[in-house]
Amino acid sequence: MNALWLIFQVLVFPGFLFLAVCALVLQWLDRKLYARFQNRVGPPFIQPLADLIKLFSKETIVPKNAEQGLFRNLPYFSFAAVVTSFLSIPIYTANAVISYPGDLVIIAYLLTIPTLVMALAGWSSCTAYSIIGGIRTLSQLFAYEVPFVLALLTPALLLGTWNIAEISQRLPAFLIANPFYFIPVILAFLVGVISLQGKLERKPFDIPDAETEIVAGPFTEYSGRLFGIFRLSLDMEFVVGASLLASVFLGGATSFFGIPAILSYLIKTLFIVFMLAYVKSAVARIRIDQMIRFGWRVLAPLSLLGMLLVVIFNKGGLL
Amino acid sequence: MSEHIILPIGPQHPLLKEPVHFKFTLDGEQIVDVDIRLGYNHRGIEKAAEERTYIQDLYMIERICGICSHVHATNFVQATEGVLKTEVPPRALYLRVVVGELERIHSHLLWLGVAGHEIGFDTLFQVVWRDREIVQDLLELITGNRVNYGMNTIGGVRKDMNPAEIEETLKGLKVLEERTNYYAQVVQADSTFIARVSGVGPLPKELAISSCACGPTARGSGVDYDVRRDLPYAAYNEIPFQVITSDRGDVLGRALVRVGETIEAIRIIRYALEHLPAGPIAVRVPRKVPVGEYFSRYEAPRGEAILYLRGNGTEKPDRVKVRAPTLANLVSIRHTLLNQQLADIPIIVAAIDPCLSCTDRVVLLQQVGAREGEILHWAELRRISLRQHVLAKKL
Repeated sequence: MNALWLIFQVLVFPGFLFLAVCALVLQWLDRKLYARFQNRVGPPFIQPLADLIKLFSKETIVPKNAEQGLFRNLPYFSFAAVVTSFLSIPIYTANAVISYPGDLVIIAYLLTIPTLVMALAGWSSCTAYSIIGGIRTLSQLFAYEVPFVLALLTPALLLGTWNIAEISQRLPAFLIANPFYFIPVILAFLVGVISLQGKLERKPFDIPDAETEIVAGPFTEYSGRLFGIFRLSLDMEFVVGASLLASVFLGGATSFFGIPAILSYLIKTLFIVFMLAYVKSAVARIRIDQMIRFGWRVLAPLSLLGMLLVVIFNKGGLL
Repeated sequence: MSEHIILPIGPQHPLLKEPVHFKFTLDGEQIVDVDIRLGYNHRGIEKAAEERTYIQDLYMIERICGICSHVHATNFVQATEGVLKTEVPPRALYLRVVVGELERIHSHLLWLGVAGHEIGFDTLFQVVWRDREIVQDLLELITGNRVNYGMNTIGGVRKDMNPAEIEETLKGLKVLEERTNYYAQVVQADSTFIARVSGVGPLPKELAISSCACGPTARGSGVDYDVRRDLPYAAYNEIPFQVITSDRGDVLGRALVRVGETIEAIRIIRYALEHLPAGPIAVRVPRKVPVGEYFSRYEAPRGEAILYLRGNGTEKPDRVKVRAPTLANLVSIRHTLLNQQLADIPIIVAAIDPCLSCTDRVVLLQQVGAREGEILHWAELRRISLRQHVLAKKL
């Protein structure tokens, strides 16, 4: 019974199926918000699903001089990594399906895999556009990854735990009891949102797949089912990224159980999606050199400052 | 050299709206060499114009370009009227200015949207194109068409404006002015926009002159030249206006010039409509054009457009030659691309506002040292094609 329950959790709720539905709905919401910000009508609700079905029913073309094995298998790696990482995020109880000390770090690792897979996909396609896209993906990784992880570690350092469920349970009460800590946490939250935008390769950081420069970057040669899996895994990464920030900084599904917990989780995640869509529609795409400069000169120092404040407050006995 | 990547762009690529081929040699993200190839879209309009009467030519030449159709049509009627020595009524000249300047607004707003898209600023693109609909609607109101207006005829214009239309146009211009002023502010203040265009694609003034750049590309590098002021045609010698220039010499300079010209164009239209002379809108002209030639120049939204016409006393022209502004500006594009970043290619190419269907030429490539090509005469060509036709039938 226990094993069956676990399988249900992994495959249906809150695992794969729930994540897939969330991914499609949030993709629609993101596109709709983006369209409304631009005074357009935007896609109908069913559009992401229709896109996905279309991709899955189309012919999959593999270029002759691509690395056959890598090219065919890479999308599944990205897919698996994202689905696995979602299991550690608490959704309908205060605890996640798979919760263990240190899962915050593991999620940070797992969320890096899609990026590495994209770079490899670019390289294994063996065409100019995709190779340049792959190089850009990797260069960009160095700019946003450090600020992103440092931002996530700020609340962890504050509470002395590396467990996502524990952070999301304890952080709101802790902040209300010690309002000083709002400063570093808000700082880390903002850094987290901006570097998540980079991680998901959305404007202004959609440099690796800048369509007017290098067509579709690493995905230029991908088509049909393989591209469909890639798209779905990136949409899922969007959900995981948004819910990770919602859980770590906004308390996620905290202190509720069942439907209220899911609602609490969804509302907070939607808030993050709204912020991401707002940023996306307000800016132009920046260049890769500007991106790296921004990552190291603005984001990284800000996230370090947040951590430093936490350390000072902890040592200074303001608790 | 082995570390350099050769990146082909075009003739089919999301960056390009029309077919042209660029071969970039990249060192990492930096451009070290560019090779530009034209000739994918040659339509033989100049030759076709020799086969048709003047009035048929007018409508064909209007279709050289989808954006600046009024430019080529006006150039053609100006040249024909020049050979005929026709006195065009002043009201017609003013109406040509009104349509020409509305076209400039629509072309420049279109450019601003495309520029936004090229640097990934899709919100700017969508919003600017939404407001561009106002000017499209005005053009439809005045001429009956949104794109190829069919406003000109040899000896004047085909449609008059009544007071209700004038009032409607002035009302639309008010909204447009407000929106354009806002975009002028965006172009000068938005930090990500500035980050992507400031200092990008440098074209010093000397280089702009020596590479024969024209229009906003030249004026963005501080070349103070505008056909409307320096060699006035239509009614421009009676209308006061300013020539906008910028000394920046980069893509931002070209953007500022275009936005400034849009605001200036609104003022020109307003002046022209308020001072619209009374009288007829066209005069009758003979069908046969005497022997003679004329060289017409027009300040198109993209730069100076030139049309040369030679009449031979019949109903059909002897020779028509068009030089669209993009052909002049393409020379400067190579200078502006060298040593720039790969990411800046789209915006630098877009900064001259290329229109390749107007500009395309037949390009003959001949290997160095190859033997002279033989010249085939019409009869010989006909014989070969008939033989091929028979052979194809047998298969």
